[in-house]
Amino acid sequence: MNWLIAIVNIFMNPFFYKSMLNKATPLIFASLGGVYSETTGVVNIALEGIMLAGAFASVVFTYITGNPWIGILMAVYIGAAMGALHALACVTYRGNQIVSGTALILLSQGATGFLLQRIFGQPGSSDLVKTLPTWKIEAFRRIPFVGLIIGDLSPLVYIAFICVICSHFLIFKTKLGLRMRAVGENPESADTLGIDVYNVRYFGVIMSGILASLGGAFLSVGQLGQFTENMSNGRGFIALAAMIFGNWKPFGALGASLLFGMAESFSYQLQTQSILKLPPEIKYLFLMIPFVLTLVVVAGFVGKTRPPASDGIPYEKE
Amino acid sequence: MGDIEQMIRDIKKKIFKTAVEFFKRDTFVIPLASIILSLFIAALVILSIGKNPLVAYTALIRGSFGNVQAFITTMIKLTPLILTGLSVAFGFRAGLFNIGAEGQLTMGALAAALFGVYIVGVPAIVAIPIAILGGIAAGGAWGAIAGYLKAETGAHEVISTIMLNYVASLLANFMVNGPFQAVGTGIPKSPEITDAAKLPIMISVQASSLSIGIIISLIAAIIVYIVLQRTTVGYEIKAVGFNPYAAEYGGISIAKNVVLAMFVSGALAGLAGAVEVLGLHHRFLGTLSAGKGFDGISIALIGQNNPIGVVFAALLIAALRTGSNQMQFAGIPKHIIIIVQGLVIFFIATERLVKTMILWKERKEEVLQE
Amino acid sequence: MDITKNIDMKVERQDIKTLSECKVVMMGITKRFPGVLANDHVNLYVKRGEIHAIVGENGAGKTTLMKQLYGLIKPDSGTIYIDGKQIAINSPSDAISNGIGMVHQHFMLVPPLTVAENIVLGMEPVKGIIFDLNKAREDVEKLSKKYALHVDPDVKIEDISVGMQQRVEILKTLYRGADLLILDEPTAVLTPQETEELFEVMKNLKEQGKTIIFITHKLNEVMAITDYVTVMRLGKVTGRVKTKDTNPNELARMMVGRDVLLRVNKRPPHFGKKIFEIKNLWVKDNRRLDAVRGISLEIHEGEILGIAGVAGNGQSELVEAITGLRRVELGKIIFDGMDITNWSPKQIRRAGIAHVTEDRLKYGLIVKYPISYNFILSRYDERPFSNNGFLDLNAINTKADELIREFDVRTPSRDVLVGALSGGNQQKVIVAREFHFTPKFAVIAQPTRGLDIGAIEFIHNKILEMRDKGIGMLLVSMELEEIFSLSDRIAVMYEGEIMGIVKPEETTVETVGLMMAGTRLDGGHRANDS
Repeated sequence: MNWLIAIVNIFMNPFFYKSMLNKATPLIFASLGGVYSETTGVVNIALEGIMLAGAFASVVFTYITGNPWIGILMAVYIGAAMGALHALACVTYRGNQIVSGTALILLSQGATGFLLQRIFGQPGSSDLVKTLPTWKIEAFRRIPFVGLIIGDLSPLVYIAFICVICSHFLIFKTKLGLRMRAVGENPESADTLGIDVYNVRYFGVIMSGILASLGGAFLSVGQLGQFTENMSNGRGFIALAAMIFGNWKPFGALGASLLFGMAESFSYQLQTQSILKLPPEIKYLFLMIPFVLTLVVVAGFVGKTRPPASDGIPYEKE
Repeated sequence: MGDIEQMIRDIKKKIFKTAVEFFKRDTFVIPLASIILSLFIAALVILSIGKNPLVAYTALIRGSFGNVQAFITTMIKLTPLILTGLSVAFGFRAGLFNIGAEGQLTMGALAAALFGVYIVGVPAIVAIPIAILGGIAAGGAWGAIAGYLKAETGAHEVISTIMLNYVASLLANFMVNGPFQAVGTGIPKSPEITDAAKLPIMISVQASSLSIGIIISLIAAIIVYIVLQRTTVGYEIKAVGFNPYAAEYGGISIAKNVVLAMFVSGALAGLAGAVEVLGLHHRFLGTLSAGKGFDGISIALIGQNNPIGVVFAALLIAALRTGSNQMQFAGIPKHIIIIVQGLVIFFIATERLVKTMILWKERKEEVLQE
Repeated sequence: MDITKNIDMKVERQDIKTLSECKVVMMGITKRFPGVLANDHVNLYVKRGEIHAIVGENGAGKTTLMKQLYGLIKPDSGTIYIDGKQIAINSPSDAISNGIGMVHQHFMLVPPLTVAENIVLGMEPVKGIIFDLNKAREDVEKLSKKYALHVDPDVKIEDISVGMQQRVEILKTLYRGADLLILDEPTAVLTPQETEELFEVMKNLKEQGKTIIFITHKLNEVMAITDYVTVMRLGKVTGRVKTKDTNPNELARMMVGRDVLLRVNKRPPHFGKKIFEIKNLWVKDNRRLDAVRGISLEIHEGEILGIAGVAGNGQSELVEAITGLRRVELGKIIFDGMDITNWSPKQIRRAGIAHVTEDRLKYGLIVKYPISYNFILSRYDERPFSNNGFLDLNAINTKADELIREFDVRTPSRDVLVGALSGGNQQKVIVAREFHFTPKFAVIAQPTRGLDIGAIEFIHNKILEMRDKGIGMLLVSMELEEIFSLSDRIAVMYEGEIMGIVKPEETTVETVGLMMAGTRLDGGHRANDS
């Protein structure tokens, strides 16, 4: 009975939904990045590392300039650069995409840790920096209940939703999108029609780097105002699961990210329910919820969704 | 008896032949070139922060092999790394990318600690094998979950093993902060295991004690080598790894071998956890895995999934890890070691890039001759 | 402009006075791949407005030559002239802008995209930044009318027939304004009737002034449709002749370099008891659609039952169901008195059924294993090759040496990785493995695909040898000639059903062709087509 009350409490609370949006936003960015990369046929498990780099870069440049927007701009550049590096390995040199992704995750962990010590003089975490101010949207705020959820969010949350819409348009309605899909399905065919497969793949992978990096920037300057070591904490991988669950489509990835965001938010809210009288260590069990959910989703929906036919396979020009 | 002498002679000849071929092969040249390139780039990074790379690398070597204690510390670090490297390498041989050694190690350590604490009143000869088998079984089971999901539903092992890592880590934290916490400490660590379950110590210098765990690791490497090269199990696993379609056509069950390979892979990581608990920490700690499972990925890739290569690659990583503390004292953040590791893996991934660089000179000469 | 001035070589075609009559001239084309000289100073002259055949065995270098014309690979040396102008073709884009179009042997289509999207891909009409699908659809319809190549622009490629896919491929080239079309083995996937339709299309295109290069190894097709023939063998041109001045025997001699046995010597059959039977078999394909629809068959000892049909009519699924690689949904498979329906591949092999797979590299071999390991793929866990779980390398090597000798596998050593062998030798490894361990029944799919004539003869003789030893066989092949020359009876498959069973000596290619297109032997048409 107490459990039922606790759960009803959580679902009646607008801040549960607001927290869901905040937890989902980095996943939306990163899973959307995954969609770009894999639509063109390149698996990008480096999302995890690129998020970390984005989180770090945005903090550093906010720290230097005092302007979080400049921090975010630099995160975009760093993300693009890491995407390009992944593309160099996987597209130009046709390396194993998962191995290259693993390397980039290590590089990112090493480089952020190294620079963290050099710049802030201490391991573990950075100094506090300015966070992005939230956007208070009066039109939304006037709506009861819903206003409490969407009336006062970080601009990056709104930007994430806009990115989803734009990406859907780009992938399904434009010439470039048609070419991306063709390259991911049958690169040989695209090649014989004079489409530069490598360029299209570079575009997809670089876009995925930019988006994942934005997701990372949201974690640091979007919310916490600080960088902590390994702060991406597996979100890049959860984002990949969201992309699979979302059937490699922007709106699918959005829906799956919201679900995972909800799970994470739920696991935190559950800890605060005093009615349950739970011992403190139980939080570790609650924190498992998003990871277990990911496992269930990946196991349950693979095969029911379909990746691009050439996903993960390097293309070799003759 | 003559047979055995003949066999030994054959083996010697074979080893010599293999060694000669090995040093000429890509499997040796690519990792070596990658390591050299990576150390070179890291040297540039060290230069860029105004430090002398030679000083840094000297500190690194001194820190890992400079005296007996450093050497023992390196050996202590080496012990689990051989096993996690073997774990990942075994998965690779079956075509599986096991990123889950971290979680499998945690589960193995947790199980070994549980046995080590709660099995009392039996002699070491019983207690140690039980605790070790417990660790192997727990790690194996944790790996087999991912194998089963892959075989049954097609869930990619990269994602499922990573999720299992987080679940294992959270479960471990739950245990050492709750039911399995050492009484009255309030610190996330388990009670100490009974003396009977502790692995015998071979050599002890000051606070560093090297247990027979290193022997266990080396024996595991030899067993894995034999299994892969000389048994029908190895034949099946490699067949599935090279070409699952052909394996199935030949009557080899893909599902069975995927689950088996993930079990063995997990069991090796679980053994690493058990050896850490029984031979080193003598209790379970929440932070016990500390990236050793992830290092297994680098080690397997550098060792080119060959058990013997894995031993040497593990030695490299162990030395880097041990020596990096000395570098830290010299004012160089020890994260440089992770950068080196990342670079090595990146170069191994871009094998063709490295080959192009190595062959560039030869090719130029060829062109001139033509 | 007469380009003879630019070329210090004489014209090697009597019917051409000046090279400016040529749509394409390729001069001294040489292309080397590791270990192979694929093209060795090849000269090709194609007159404007003709249908020009390039014939040759597998591996003669026809496709390589055409890939260079289309810019997919770069020649090591040589020059290309289009309409008398020397041009550099570095990519397919260059070829396209010079009016060259190519229909590849394996279709270059994107299955989840629609017909219209596939046709305009790479030259998409746009409105602002939006891809203009309506314009694409209109363009395709217009083009489709102009050349009488009927297609539906809005269906997805994955939902249409192979014949329709080929029309899409031809439209793709025409959409790009091609006036030179390269058709690489276009009839390999068609029924005899569809082939006739394709020939009509080709004639029509020729009348509209297009030049066509037609690559094939089927000599009757060369005689039927082309104006001129260039013959290639082992990377070189071995003959140039007007079609009306030659005959299939002469062409075959130029292709192979010797007289060709067009028929194998088949002894009269000695059938034993019924060894294999299928009753009302239903099997689904990867998309969960019915691929095999209620087939019943029986085969006796010492009998070869050939399955004829166009690729993709359920043959692969049938073979996979028999060998345990695919689930049987309904019906029974009975072998040697046992119901083996849905047994595992291992159980089926143990029972005594061998399987020569249609896809050598995907199913038949582990290319990263040495030859010796590939020989024991289905027997590695049996004595003498292993003992208590340990491999016995001596026994494995001894057997490998024996099989290499018996089946004439050309290799320096049993330790060579199978991936390093030629296609013919790879197929010999498979056939050796499958036939050596004396099965009671064999399922043989596409045993000679992509092999040269020597290897084909060798494998055909091995198959007949097995038959004469009393082994029953199910032979699946897309090559009608192979079916006719080996089979004791022929069953024709169309959309997962058997259209009829005939004896090769009592039927004609035309009858079988009609059945391949869906007409039943008794004259009726398949029910759900009406």
